[in-house]
Amino acid sequence: MENDMTTTAPAKKMSSPKPYVHPYFGGMVLGIVLFLAFFLTGNGLGSSGATARLDAFIEDQIAPSHVDRTPYLLKMAGGDKNPLDDWIVPVFFGALVGGFVSGKIGNRVKLETTKGPHISNRARWLFAFLGGVLFLYGARMARGCTSGQALSGGATLSAGSWAVMFAIFGGAYGLAYFVRKMWN
Amino acid sequence: MNFPLQSFTATSASNPWTYVVFGLIGFAFGFTLEMSGFGNSQKLAAQFYFKEMTVLKVMFTAIAVAMVLLFATAGLGILDFSQVWVNPTYLASGILGGLIMGVGFIIGGFCPTTSIASASTGKIDGMFFLGGGFVGAWLFSETEKYFDGWYNNAGYYGRVLLPDVLHLPTGVVVLLVVLMALFMFWGAEQLERIVGKRDLSKEPKLRIAGAAVLLALAVATVFIGQPTTEQKYARIAADKEAALANREVQIVPAELFKTIYDQKINLIMLDVRSEADYNLFHIRGAQNVPLTQIKSILPDLLAKAATNTVYVVMSNNEDDATSAWKILVAEGIPNVYILEGGVNNWIKFFNADDPNIQTLKVYPTGDRPAYYFPSALGDRYLCSDPNPIEFENLQYTPKIKLQLKRDKSGGGCG
Repeated sequence: MENDMTTTAPAKKMSSPKPYVHPYFGGMVLGIVLFLAFFLTGNGLGSSGATARLDAFIEDQIAPSHVDRTPYLLKMAGGDKNPLDDWIVPVFFGALVGGFVSGKIGNRVKLETTKGPHISNRARWLFAFLGGVLFLYGARMARGCTSGQALSGGATLSAGSWAVMFAIFGGAYGLAYFVRKMWN
Repeated sequence: MNFPLQSFTATSASNPWTYVVFGLIGFAFGFTLEMSGFGNSQKLAAQFYFKEMTVLKVMFTAIAVAMVLLFATAGLGILDFSQVWVNPTYLASGILGGLIMGVGFIIGGFCPTTSIASASTGKIDGMFFLGGGFVGAWLFSETEKYFDGWYNNAGYYGRVLLPDVLHLPTGVVVLLVVLMALFMFWGAEQLERIVGKRDLSKEPKLRIAGAAVLLALAVATVFIGQPTTEQKYARIAADKEAALANREVQIVPAELFKTIYDQKINLIMLDVRSEADYNLFHIRGAQNVPLTQIKSILPDLLAKAATNTVYVVMSNNEDDATSAWKILVAEGIPNVYILEGGVNNWIKFFNADDPNIQTLKVYPTGDRPAYYFPSALGDRYLCSDPNPIEFENLQYTPKIKLQLKRDKSGGGCG
């Protein structure tokens, strides 16, 4: 009814975002997706590996000799290896599309900044960027992020992944009090 | 049908469907995260101030559901769990990396995949986080060389599961994790009521039913149990017994010797005799893992199994080596072979009348040494390490065929 473009209803009303699904329902669907990923392919979910591989791909275009001299990059992109030839890369791009489609269906695609009430947009962007730098640095060190370690490793009962999971929550809770002004 | 499907364990240019399958998995992943509210940093950060525990609820529901389904299907024999990627344990780098991730989480408001869902729905902070991520991953690749040894070795335990650590049956650990998750959900709801001033009476009653179903499945997993090595072997016994009977997996000493010098193959020789026998004589480069202890090295073998690794098990003759072969094959180790005729046959083939080795007058029956070694020289006999020039031309029918499997060293999130 309100989707009719010819009505005089204000644009804002047309795109009012739908509420998110209930967390337990979302978790259940995510659990089934994770199970199916393991069941069909033997691999779980992940994304930080794709970030590293895209990095390696770009570096391999700019400075292939540097890649061949850096042991960590060599494993992904050394010689004639294509760093993008890994399951995690299509998962990364699939997630980008999946997130967009879900947002579109829920009327939540909008250019905006999600932040606490007492922080400026610019400060939020700066901290988001720094957070991204730190998170991916930690994720490469731990060999996986919240998806590859906490979710996937948690479900397969990997002992190390449970340690990583508690460390992530430990780090976040440990610092939460000191940055409370950012979010509250 | 055996799961996971071997043709979909990795992307492959020869099978474009692999890209479609992984793309769809990613699609479902991103879709689910966005619909759960993970594109919104406010919602994610609220977790750490006890106002709204969405992150914990979604994550632990997902972990509990996937875990129960994984171990129930593995218990029923539909899923071969040895072919499922389990993150190897690197305690030191895992914990330090985890703490750094936690700091990134509370400052940045996202984790990597949620920032994808966020950026794709137009959230500018999500885009900045995603961009920062590329810088962070790049910084790691440039600095890893300064702590390479620590990164690859500190607290390394291979493929170990919580049931191994806790010395409990897998099903029991599954049940404990489900109980812990349900307890955490209860606690989370109490916190939301107290700190977040949420009215719990408006929460759907269906969640209680969901919890009951999850618990029932976990209890069922305890009773189904996980297959033992013997049961796993029984499932593949028809094929494998035929391979043994047709002598497809027994390689002659000459082939083993040539494989030692094959640069393309990462050869691991496992000498499953007693330590005493091993000390008296062994082939240079063979590791001693007595048959009774063979299962203890599985976590390491499963974590490191690479496409070009070949395992050759050996005993004095073949009996113990065959037993070890069955265990390794049942547990999903690829490319395992048996040294034909064992160490006895090796010595017989390469023995250049070494005065330190004396032939027994009566050739023994069963899996026992056929030679007498006056002293424990280990691998310092001539035939422990035959001269490659002297034995350059050897005639044999090669049997080693590399079974192409994904390189697990680069699996997981790597």
